[in-house]
Amino acid sequence: MVLFWKYVAILFKSQMQYRTSFWLLTLGQFLVPFSAFAGLYFMFERFGQIRGWAFDEVALCFAVIHMAFAVSECFARGFDSFSTLVAGGDFDRLLVRPRGTIVQVLGSKFEFSRIGRLVQSTLVLAWAVSRLSAEWSVLKALVLVLMIVSGVFIFSGIFMLAATMCFWTIQGLEIANIFTDGGREMAQYPLNIYKKWVTRFFTFVIPFGCVNYIPLLYILDKGNGNGLMSLLSPLAGIAFIIPCLLVWRLGVRHYRSTGS
Amino acid sequence: MITIQGLNKTFHVAKRNAGVGQAFKSLFRREYTAVEALQDISFSIRPGEIVGYIGPNGAGKSTTIKVMSGILVPDSGTCSIMGYTPWKDRTQYVKNIGVVFGQRSQLWWDVPVLDSFELLRDIYKVPEREYRDNLELLTETLELKEIIQMPVRQLSLGQRMRCEIAASLLHSPSLLFLDEPTIGLDAVSKIAVRRFIRTINEEKGVTVILTTHDMNDIEALAQRIILIGKGRLLFDGGIDRIRSRFGTHKTLTVVYRHHAQPLKVPGAELLSWSPERAVWRIDTASLNISEVLLQLSGRVELLDVEIESQPIEEMIVQLYKEHQI
Amino acid sequence: MRAYLSVFKLRLNLGMQYRTAAVAGCATQFFWGFLIIMVFEAFYSHASGTPPISLKQLISYVWLQQAFLAFIMLWFRDNELFQLITSGNIAYELCRPSGLYGLWFAKLLAQRLSSAILRSLPILAVALFLPEPYRMPLPHDWLAFLLFGAALLIGLLMIVSLSMLMYISVFVTLSPSGSLLMFGVLGEFLAGMIIPVPLMPDWLQQIVYVLPFRWTADFPFRVYSGHIPLQEAVAGIGIQLLWLMGLLWLGKSAMTKVLRKVVVQGG
Repeated sequence: MVLFWKYVAILFKSQMQYRTSFWLLTLGQFLVPFSAFAGLYFMFERFGQIRGWAFDEVALCFAVIHMAFAVSECFARGFDSFSTLVAGGDFDRLLVRPRGTIVQVLGSKFEFSRIGRLVQSTLVLAWAVSRLSAEWSVLKALVLVLMIVSGVFIFSGIFMLAATMCFWTIQGLEIANIFTDGGREMAQYPLNIYKKWVTRFFTFVIPFGCVNYIPLLYILDKGNGNGLMSLLSPLAGIAFIIPCLLVWRLGVRHYRSTGS
Repeated sequence: MITIQGLNKTFHVAKRNAGVGQAFKSLFRREYTAVEALQDISFSIRPGEIVGYIGPNGAGKSTTIKVMSGILVPDSGTCSIMGYTPWKDRTQYVKNIGVVFGQRSQLWWDVPVLDSFELLRDIYKVPEREYRDNLELLTETLELKEIIQMPVRQLSLGQRMRCEIAASLLHSPSLLFLDEPTIGLDAVSKIAVRRFIRTINEEKGVTVILTTHDMNDIEALAQRIILIGKGRLLFDGGIDRIRSRFGTHKTLTVVYRHHAQPLKVPGAELLSWSPERAVWRIDTASLNISEVLLQLSGRVELLDVEIESQPIEEMIVQLYKEHQI
Repeated sequence: MRAYLSVFKLRLNLGMQYRTAAVAGCATQFFWGFLIIMVFEAFYSHASGTPPISLKQLISYVWLQQAFLAFIMLWFRDNELFQLITSGNIAYELCRPSGLYGLWFAKLLAQRLSSAILRSLPILAVALFLPEPYRMPLPHDWLAFLLFGAALLIGLLMIVSLSMLMYISVFVTLSPSGSLLMFGVLGEFLAGMIIPVPLMPDWLQQIVYVLPFRWTADFPFRVYSGHIPLQEAVAGIGIQLLWLMGLLWLGKSAMTKVLRKVVVQGG
């Protein structure tokens, strides 16, 4: 963990070498989800609600997911750009060092400009929280934080899975976007607006439902969501990282036996 | 130090065929060709040796290096380096080795070299004192003082390579793999790098395994050569052994006062000729040089004579030819 | 002209080689299509009053958007060109006897075409046979379909000339990512890529209609679905052509200006 922060420090120094570009990129990163949010706003202005969810409620959902996405893109970016690491042969370099591969890959890249995205989603979150009529409690706040943390783990897990694919092929990686970008777009609405099969897939296979639906019901006092259940479900989301780690280790082993 | 026994490694390379239909087919079923990268490679290396590991492109050099540095797992065979099996005890083992890939960088591009060094210190968990001592020694012997505060992107290739080598020695490894350390360097930098490798080998007793295509590197550094071709070990022995095998060939260059006809010397191969100068290759096993000179002096007025051994480069080429690789 | 053609051909061939990428891309786009349609469906299911565009028309809008993504994305980055500019290797290109504008135009056009050819047909073919409500409707009528084709192609030329402007701006800023990202995001929003133009509030529609972006995506798609009537479509194609000429002129003169500066600075 100490090592990870050292990596962060050195990468921060690197990126500060290009200051203007950094600020422009940060601003751009601020605008990307902003345009998505504007789209959301205009849709609600036209239609008023979506399957019984009001704008403020969806905005909360949107903020949580985008925040989780921004954080994991910021930190786990090394996995996202992993194909260049493998294709360039620089992964060999990581293997001759006496540290675990995961921390080194995480440390290989760190996208500070994603702060822009993070700021944007924080603003939306604050705005949504202030507008919601639901009553807040310590437990609810805890659930909210857990939702974000859990989201970070899920996105990081997906990044990791996509990176593992690079050990076998570096073509067709675009498909991983379904789960990263696609997952983000999908999970910005409460899951129950979708068809059953989508909802099921994104609850039981990739547990976005654990992040944005079950706990959301509780926070918004909707349905019969109870505290314990909604506290546990983000934890289930966090557990998603475990199989991802196992798959990653499998991938490293494969790499070391084929050398591709 | 290193004992390698019967190392084998086969790669399966997917065949790629042209055409849309083929490409579609390959989505489901692929055909593979087996490439035998290593076949029954065995050798052992003692502590403190500098070994030149050579062979043409694609011979299996980097595969061996990858196995020895713990990156790649071989299909069969054993490898024991300092008591470790590289691919089994990777994280423990790699603390003891340094690796320089000549074509790739381990330094961070945009930050001063020193920052990269400090990160490496943390990665390898080098104690502060040891780090200070090593850094001091390295900056001195590699003359890094002026460049250590500069970002890597502003360094010349020679400066960068010096930093790369320093970076892989910060944790005082006892075994150093150098993969083409002099590639692309100018003559001055090459000599500096060679001198340094010699120094750390002599003073710190670091064992060095060196792959290169530059035979001058080998000549300057290695006491021993391991030649590999098409995945097989072809030669393992001292440079002297190669010399004594191919070293009977000498080149004789003679400068003389104007002489119109080509000079023929029986038994010697005329390489080039002009009215003032002629070059022969002579196999000293069958023809005595002094006899040739005697013979020549009777026919022309000799102005200058030069006798050279065959360069090591050509000996290696002959070795390659002999093994048809 | 021959030079432009061969650059075009080379790029096209190169792009066609990435078949696996294309398969993966199709799958991704299908997912997106489904997702977006589901969201719209959810919105429409409880809509009060009649929305300005029917769900059916919207669905064809979405599928066309997915199929021709390569035609309409403003942000279709060609790293080779960026590197050429930022690394200063542009000098090589300047040595060539053909006009830089034309060469790059051909290159970018071919890149988009090769990517779209591999993706659009499979996506459309499948989308036409999907179960309801996801099935893509057939064109409104055949005339509309022809007009759609024309509008799409002119739109493609427009988008390439727009992205040429982006590349030219890199000459000035030398930092590709930041400013272009903003330009791209804004342009795509105004082209109706995030939400369809008819669903935008009126004041925003007013803005969108005076800018060039919507002509590249929104316009041809609505011609297809019949949301824009035939007469209006013909007039629209006229406007598209005007825009195209304007953009080409702008790009060419900007290029000449910028290149002169580059040469003066010594590259």
